[in-house]
Amino acid sequence: MKRVVITGMGIYSCLGNGLDAVRQSLYDGKSGIVFDQARKDMGFRSALTSYLEVPDLKKELSRSQRVYMPEQAKYAYVATAEALKNAGIDQDYLNANEVGLLYGNDSSAEPVFRSITTMLEKKDTTLVGSGGIFQSMNSTVTMNLACIFKLRGINLTVSGACASGSHAIGLGTLLIRNGLQEMVVCGGAQEVNPYAVGSFDGISAFSTREDQPTKASRPFDRDRDGLVPGGGAATVIIESYESAVRRGAPIIAEVIGYGFSSNGDHISVPNVDGPSRSLQMAIKDAGIDIREIGYINAHATSTPVGDRNEAKAIYNVFRDYNVEVTSTKSQTGHEMWMAGASEVIYSTLMMKNGFIAPNINFENPDEDSAKLNIPSKRVSKKFDTFLSNSFGFGGTNSTLIIKNL
Amino acid sequence: MEKAELIEKVNTLLSEEFEVETDVMTPDANIKQALQLDSLSIVDMVALIENEFGVKIKPAEVSQLTTFGKLYDYIAEHI
Repeated sequence: MKRVVITGMGIYSCLGNGLDAVRQSLYDGKSGIVFDQARKDMGFRSALTSYLEVPDLKKELSRSQRVYMPEQAKYAYVATAEALKNAGIDQDYLNANEVGLLYGNDSSAEPVFRSITTMLEKKDTTLVGSGGIFQSMNSTVTMNLACIFKLRGINLTVSGACASGSHAIGLGTLLIRNGLQEMVVCGGAQEVNPYAVGSFDGISAFSTREDQPTKASRPFDRDRDGLVPGGGAATVIIESYESAVRRGAPIIAEVIGYGFSSNGDHISVPNVDGPSRSLQMAIKDAGIDIREIGYINAHATSTPVGDRNEAKAIYNVFRDYNVEVTSTKSQTGHEMWMAGASEVIYSTLMMKNGFIAPNINFENPDEDSAKLNIPSKRVSKKFDTFLSNSFGFGGTNSTLIIKNL
Repeated sequence: MEKAELIEKVNTLLSEEFEVETDVMTPDANIKQALQLDSLSIVDMVALIENEFGVKIKPAEVSQLTTFGKLYDYIAEHI
């Protein structure tokens, strides 16, 4: 089995464009959440969302490349360009090697909405335009990135709800371990527009603390009242250790464990057993003692039942080993299809820089979060291994364990 | 609409959408080459003309509109 290392990272999020800006935002405990009047005007219960601008790529990409890209593909392009650059990979390398692509994405609602609106109003499919089909498909991110960067290995979208980005990294790791790929561009992307989350708002999943946007996402806090939707894109370049050494690449960290499970239960309500099994599988896969884990990046989205059950699952596995647990969603909101990949990047940035970002807005614990060590202030701590949880609708669970190198 | 005005309007529209300078749009110039259109983006040109001028270019006729001159004439005839 080959060892799998991370050699490049890139991110476009509400905490900043690029690793440096995001690291600083994490360090400062900055919130990326705002009130969006447009959502209120559409009848949303909650108009809260993360905020980021859609990048203008006119200078970087031709019209014929951009026209097939919905917003999340643009975020993914920016993140991937940064990750490839940091990994020391240029177009010549991509042309000469079979580099794979596994990216999490589980919706593309705005192009679907616009296409259907045009069809209903104009009764003429030509007017939808050539971009409609390519922007609307779930695989829009991978199809665009593969064509832009001319990637020639595996080319596949991972749709695993809010665990999509995490599963993408986990599955990429398995391909490299088994020698089927030497390098895989992994990540997750999430659109940020009202059409994508209207129904999610309608089922009362979102926090309605609209008078205090930056206080609304409060994972593990007793008074949490729902999540805040977010998005952007995060890219992680993984490759075999041998490949990284051969290239003289900057080796950032190693993916040592991947665990997964399905709850086999309710479509939206998570349970305790499924996440517990995912955690245990990842730890077994990594072959480490839990006391080697110096930080846990929780999935915790700020929903009452989700956070409670994850706290129980973490306590079930870690018991009296009171390692720091935080949810970076307190700062970013829930980045959904992107979250599993972005949170690996957030945690890696913390690991490389010796701190744990605060779980902002954690003011009072509930019965279950009281059993965990959840810092509400930034912690200065050197740690060499972290665990990152991602769970999704339908009961899909993914856990990654990353070690510093 | 005067023909000169129509030509200017078409050229401006195509220039903005396909990001090419209007000076390549001479009456005898080949549309696909000048605008760098492929089989997908030609659909966007048809949609653009229909949205702006209310002129629907029939699929069978698209391939016959090879030059800008033919396109101007077609729009002028159907507007």
